[in-house]
Amino acid sequence: MTLGHIMFYVLGAGGVASALLVVTRRNPIISALYLIVNFFCLAGLYLTLNAQFIAVIQIIVYAGAIMVLFLFVIMLLNLGDDRKLSDAITVRKVVGAGLTLGLFMEVLYILLTAGPADSERAEAAGIALGTVEAIGAQLFTTFLFPFEVTSLILTAAIVGAVVMAKKKLD
Amino acid sequence: MVPIPYYLVLSAAMFMIGAVGVLTRRNAIIVFMSIELMLNSVNLTLVAFSVATGTITGQVLVFFVMTVAAAEAAVGLAIIIALYRRKQTVNLDEINILKW
Repeated sequence: MTLGHIMFYVLGAGGVASALLVVTRRNPIISALYLIVNFFCLAGLYLTLNAQFIAVIQIIVYAGAIMVLFLFVIMLLNLGDDRKLSDAITVRKVVGAGLTLGLFMEVLYILLTAGPADSERAEAAGIALGTVEAIGAQLFTTFLFPFEVTSLILTAAIVGAVVMAKKKLD
Repeated sequence: MVPIPYYLVLSAAMFMIGAVGVLTRRNAIIVFMSIELMLNSVNLTLVAFSVATGTITGQVLVFFVMTVAAAEAAVGLAIIIALYRRKQTVNLDEINILKW
């Protein structure tokens, strides 16, 4: 039981618990706050995999930018009182949850019987794998074109968001 | 080091929790948050495989997934605001003009 194992179990339990709370809470603001907890747990899990760059980006982009957007919209629409959205247990919900549970069991079965073998050889290379330097070198050479296309997606998203949220929709 | 299949099982569990949220909740914003949960758990799978194979490609892909997720969140929340202006609700059962 090394420190890495303890970190994995603590962060994994935290991640699953906060994900469950996101899905089950009635008030969207509380859901959003638990989603932030979930993002931080995931950032910790990335750190246990030596993916420092992804961990930092996770906190900056998800916990920083996207969650501010979510909370802003929730408060703008004043959705605090969620009682009108009935949460009675219907047939549809039971079927949905049951199907998902079945799918999870299938994935679990596949992973436990034919999962990928744990590679010890990659561990030595893993330390240097997730640094900003390593990712940047790949991003600006091999993946330069997708990286440039990314800017196009972001521009389209900005224009789309402005057009959608305009006062007059016509 | 924690074996890679542990990460895959954890990621599958979080993906399924997100899927349950999408299927069962009727509040558009909570459905949106569940989609973010699913995107995040897939990111965890990508990073785990990247470390398992010793290649960086998976982590670069996570970078692109995050970009798309940010764009999706911005446009999606704008759609929710526009819908709320027209219908005064975010209940997905009442937003059914594309259903028949």
